[in-house]
Amino acid sequence: MTPSALDANDTASARRELRRRKLTAFLFVAPLLLFLVFAFVAPIATMLVRSVYHPVVSELIPETLEALKDWDGEALPPAEARAVFAADLKRLAGERLSGKLAEEINRALPGSSSTIKASARKLGRMDDAELASAGGAILAAADAAWENPKIWKAIRDAGAAYTPDYYLTALDLEMADGGGVQPRDGAKIYVDLYTKTLRIALYITVLTLIGGYPLAYYLANAESKNANMLMVFVLLPFWTSLLVRTTSWIALLQTSGVVNSVLTGAGITRSPLEMLYTQFSTVLAMTHILMPFMILPLYSVMKGIDPSYMRAAMSMGSKPIPAFLKIYLPMTLPGLSAGVLLVFIISVGYYITPALVGGTDGQMISNIIAFHMQQSNNWELAAALGSLLLAMILVLYWVYDRFVGAGNIKLG
Amino acid sequence: MDVGRRPGARERRDGTTNGGIGTMPLDANGAFLSFRNVKKSYDQKTLVVKDFNLDVQKGEFITLLGPSGSGKSTVLMMLAGFEGVTSGDIVIAGQSVTRTAPYRRNIGMVFQNYALFPHMTIAENLAYPLRVRKMNKAAVKDRVNEYLRLIEMGSFGGRYPGQLSGGQRQRVALARALIFEPSLILMDEPLGALDKKLREQMQYEITRLHEQLGFTVIYVTHDQTEALTMSSRIAVFNDGVVQQCAAPAQLYERPSNAFVADFIGENNFIPGKVDRIEGGKARVTVAGGGTITADAAEGLKAGADCVLSIRPEKLFIKPTSHAYDNELVAEHVTHHYVGDFIRFYFRVAEGTEITIKVLNDLAAPDLKAGDKASLVWLAKDCIAFPA
Ligand SMILES: Nc1ncnc2c1ncn2[C@@H]1O[C@H](COP(=O)(O)OP(=O)(O)OP(=O)(O)O)[C@@H](O)[C@H]1O
Ligand SMILES: [Mg+2]
Repeated sequence: MTPSALDANDTASARRELRRRKLTAFLFVAPLLLFLVFAFVAPIATMLVRSVYHPVVSELIPETLEALKDWDGEALPPAEARAVFAADLKRLAGERLSGKLAEEINRALPGSSSTIKASARKLGRMDDAELASAGGAILAAADAAWENPKIWKAIRDAGAAYTPDYYLTALDLEMADGGGVQPRDGAKIYVDLYTKTLRIALYITVLTLIGGYPLAYYLANAESKNANMLMVFVLLPFWTSLLVRTTSWIALLQTSGVVNSVLTGAGITRSPLEMLYTQFSTVLAMTHILMPFMILPLYSVMKGIDPSYMRAAMSMGSKPIPAFLKIYLPMTLPGLSAGVLLVFIISVGYYITPALVGGTDGQMISNIIAFHMQQSNNWELAAALGSLLLAMILVLYWVYDRFVGAGNIKLG
Repeated sequence: MDVGRRPGARERRDGTTNGGIGTMPLDANGAFLSFRNVKKSYDQKTLVVKDFNLDVQKGEFITLLGPSGSGKSTVLMMLAGFEGVTSGDIVIAGQSVTRTAPYRRNIGMVFQNYALFPHMTIAENLAYPLRVRKMNKAAVKDRVNEYLRLIEMGSFGGRYPGQLSGGQRQRVALARALIFEPSLILMDEPLGALDKKLREQMQYEITRLHEQLGFTVIYVTHDQTEALTMSSRIAVFNDGVVQQCAAPAQLYERPSNAFVADFIGENNFIPGKVDRIEGGKARVTVAGGGTITADAAEGLKAGADCVLSIRPEKLFIKPTSHAYDNELVAEHVTHHYVGDFIRFYFRVAEGTEITIKVLNDLAAPDLKAGDKASLVWLAKDCIAFPA
């Protein structure tokens, strides 16, 4: 009998063969992999870094920060340290970068912008040697604010390259003076916005489920002629532009829109209802837009459930409704959870529809992220808000996996 | 799978060997289940089942056999209540059930795909019909264990259907249909998905349980052998009509029309013309010129065209020690060696082919293509059907 083990030659050639296969397989996925790294992994990584890393101040005044390192933060910093800052400020004035510094420090200590700008103008005309010997006094002469430890503290804090500040802001918290974390004064803008976002997403998920489940059931069990036609209607939203669909809701819901005209025309309401630019319109339009994401996974799962299961249950004496709850519903769970997860996650991060029809009431977290990126130019805060959103979704997914099992998702 | 050796062999709970509910009033004609002029149309235009009549006695094993699309499943679905009856009546134990909801009919059903609930364990599957009936927990447990033993799968209660083999799933499906002791069990091609060996094993298993528990079965199959070996009676279906309903042997030996003769088993057909009919025997002139005596089927008329049917194993080639009273000369075409027998092909004068099965023994003739041979058979093995 020939031995079944491979000899050295065979092993080498088998290895070569395997390597070749792996290489071909890699070449097949390489384009997509590259694209993913470029378009997905890299941006998320940048976002995560951005949310904690802010090296602007530390690059502008590295020597001052070095000199302030041993300062206890209670009294004024030592004169030498202030002199180093004076020299730095003069240099910045020369390089026309003092404005940038002023802007950064102002964020930590509102009102300090003018102090820094004015002092920079004065220091720009001074002599280097003079600044080195009596920089602190010169600063104090330029603006009394330099005699207050507060501004120095602000400079030192802003100089940290890595900062949790943006996360704290995103959670409506701030650093307490004595260290530690405390809630920020005033309204909890971001936390409220997160809860509102989750609530809206939940409404939408429930509504798509209520609308989608029976329809998917009908589609899966109808004659193919009817089912195909209805399927076109389900898919229609995918084929028309998102913008068109959203604006069509504007046409429907606005004060002089179709719905109001009908309601007032029929005498049901006396004056038009305010429906547009509310949370209601956001939920309504997004339910419409996300409906296919609920129907399609449900449909694909239901299509695979043979009618004989329900028949078997009934032949054993079960009434239709208990049979549905005990047999059919559990069997649709993979599609149900896929649909719920899909709709919920998509709606949590949705931007365009709330932006167009949401008004102030219907804004979601993505809208505020966009605001910080486009208008307030605070990319770091936007990144922190985005990272928190990502973390939230990952947590939800983890919870789902714990209780339902991610292996149960069936998309098609 | 020897019943005798099995320690848990049981009697029916109530001591009787009758299926399901012990004392049920029977129909006037003694039938437990009757279909009366049942018709079914799906599209309001054509009838899929046309005037279906059948009386079933308690404890019988009735098989519906017929070509694909002949309406077998439709009959079963109407009986189970999943399809409405277009007209006619279905009566179980003296009561019409055509208006009864499926879940009130107390009919056990085994589906072709088994329909075991994939998210429940085997024990939960078996317990389902009992829990629906609000049986108390301890009793459910006992009954489930009893039926697990009955199908010889005592240790499988905790598994899921996905973790069983085809044959095991089949047995569970059977047990689940039996466990609530329905009066009637319906099976729609329950063995269709199994391979030959497993199918034979399950046929045995079903027969064993049927004999042991005595329930009434309506069984649907495509497989003739299955039908012939398992059934008390077989209803041959074609085109929505029952062509013949009889015990297996009678169906095979005495088919009542050419369709049944052709559908069940193998058969040779020789066209001819009826000369006269006397005492149930017909004298038939076949196209080649010979005259044959055959049993006359119902509806046969003297002077009309007919077809003679003879089974391949009832024909012999001269010289033979078998008795015969018909003889026909035919030309040998070819033969195929099958193993335990040899299959000879002959051509009767005008081109009708005849197949003969000859036991592969010393008496098997040695023929070459083109040789003439005399084929002989008994008149009682040959039936003349109206053409
Ligand atoms: N739900 C339905 N709607 C319309 N026509 C149907 C339906 N179910 C069955 N039919 C038709 O009724 C006829 C009988 O079907 P049925 O399923 O009873 O056949 P069958 O004898 O069980 O066939 P098979 O042996 O292939 O299972 C077929 O022509 C079929 O096309
Ligand atoms: Mg069928």
